[in-house]
Amino acid sequence: MTIINVASLCKNFGSLEAVKDLSFEVNEGEIFGFLGQNGSGKSTTIRMLLSLIHPTSGHIEIFGQDIVAHRNQIAKKMGAIIERPDLYPYLTAKEHLQLFAKLSQKKISASQIEHTLQQVGLSNRAFDKAQTFSLGMKQRLGIAIALVHQPELVILDEPTNGLDPQGIADIRHLIKDLAQKEGKTILVSSHLLTEIEQMAHQILIIHQGKKIALGPTATLLDPAKSLMKLNTTNDVLSKEKIAVSEFAAYQLDREEGIYFSIPTEKIASLHQFIVNVGIPIISLESKRSLEDYFLQITSQSN
Amino acid sequence: MWSIIQIELYKIYKRPRTYIAFGAIAALIWVIQMGLKIDGEAYAAFLMKDINNTLIVDGKVLNGYLICYILLQLLLVHVPLLVALIAADMLSGEANLGTLRLLFTTPYSRTQWVLAKFIAASIYTILLLIWLAALALFLSMYIFGTDDLFLMKSNYVVLIETQDVFWRYVGAFVFASFSLLTVTALGFLMSSLANNSIGPIVATISAIVFFTILSTLNIPLFNLVKPYLFTTHMNNWKEFFDIQVTENNEAITGSILNIQKIKTSLLVLSIHIVLFVGASILIMKKKDVLS
Repeated sequence: MTIINVASLCKNFGSLEAVKDLSFEVNEGEIFGFLGQNGSGKSTTIRMLLSLIHPTSGHIEIFGQDIVAHRNQIAKKMGAIIERPDLYPYLTAKEHLQLFAKLSQKKISASQIEHTLQQVGLSNRAFDKAQTFSLGMKQRLGIAIALVHQPELVILDEPTNGLDPQGIADIRHLIKDLAQKEGKTILVSSHLLTEIEQMAHQILIIHQGKKIALGPTATLLDPAKSLMKLNTTNDVLSKEKIAVSEFAAYQLDREEGIYFSIPTEKIASLHQFIVNVGIPIISLESKRSLEDYFLQITSQSN
Repeated sequence: MWSIIQIELYKIYKRPRTYIAFGAIAALIWVIQMGLKIDGEAYAAFLMKDINNTLIVDGKVLNGYLICYILLQLLLVHVPLLVALIAADMLSGEANLGTLRLLFTTPYSRTQWVLAKFIAASIYTILLLIWLAALALFLSMYIFGTDDLFLMKSNYVVLIETQDVFWRYVGAFVFASFSLLTVTALGFLMSSLANNSIGPIVATISAIVFFTILSTLNIPLFNLVKPYLFTTHMNNWKEFFDIQVTENNEAITGSILNIQKIKTSLLVLSIHIVLFVGASILIMKKKDVLS
């Protein structure tokens, strides 16, 4: 079942096209990774999903209902954290959850509030005011607010901002559990690509407001090509030699390092070439992480 | 709807800024009451110096009713500024804090949120006025006692009998609530236009000062717009203290000299409230929440 259906979504701010003809679908129970550089239109898209920003054109359906016509009904089944965890400094963690539980128009018991605080690791700070919290704790409370009313769809915009490595791992496990054990659908954006890679079933990458890649995480990385990184003691000399060779066609345009997106069967020839022309090689590494893929396609898009 | 009004009231109750206005009013009233308690006779003598030769005044001129009138004259000019501190922060303060986007993702429409916030701000304003009434009227009545109200107007004197005064204060406070709700609505409108707290507070106070100057200046060009400015009508609570007299210049108990003026002022203020709140709703409905 499709939970989110976005069709031909556009948003202009004056002459700036923040989001251009964006279409995608998010299915029930999946973790949907949403990637893009700063200013790529990620948060604008998320804000449109939450009806905080009015689209210039296009259509959004959530739970099969039009977001404009049925916003209030949809909102009951959604929870979200948007960029920064902004809270009321004069309210305690528990008061925040009580307040947003009441706003959800659902009957939320005291034990559910306790459970949510426990889920994000804030049980021992329940009665402390938000103004005493670190950024990481505010982030956890922001996630708790998104989860307190047991939503079916959770939208998390940069949920690991400000968290330490342990906190990031905790949130990753929490997101996975929410999808696997509770069947929730989760749309998560993050600049920590390795985190997305470890938990998302499907990934959407946007750049300058346009969709540049969408697909299951497992198949998104092109299996027919390998991403190789050449480490040398003299990159300038090496680049000059590569520029006049057949391998120039496979070299990626990056300011730092020498990268190739090369058919797997040509890797042996690349090795041979490097040795033959006397490039001062340190290593030739295979890079197949999402981060490399992301950098590769966004640089191609530029 | 009631639950979001409750939540808004709860947030106002928990915010330290809420109590600044209550503290300021209490401090001002206390200072004036103490001053008049200690040196009131000299002040009363000063008030009466021009008419002592033509009128023989029997009784206690400096009583709780007169003190309340003096206090209202002084404070009802300043209270709008205190109201603006809260009203002009209701929407923009949330935008500045970043919590507006949290509220707007809940299952309530923006119209419901704006109305709930306006109602909550209005309740705050009314409570502030009740606080003002409690201190300015009841505390003054307790400290100074009651007697006939003797008022010196610009070219005449008004004497209202003791039993004919209290209901006029009730009317004056009800009228003042309309004046302050107009300020609340104006602050709200300014609040819907900005994403920070300071700008709308300053803009609301500036607008009140600007329109008050226009209302006060006696320039023919401005006289055309004066009847439509809310500031022209805000101080008409004083009309409750002008009474009709018989042909023999005897006061008619329970009368008001110009009731039509009060009705017109209430109508103009009500129209302003509706326009300001309506405009706030339209602005917030169309606004992209980028904060």
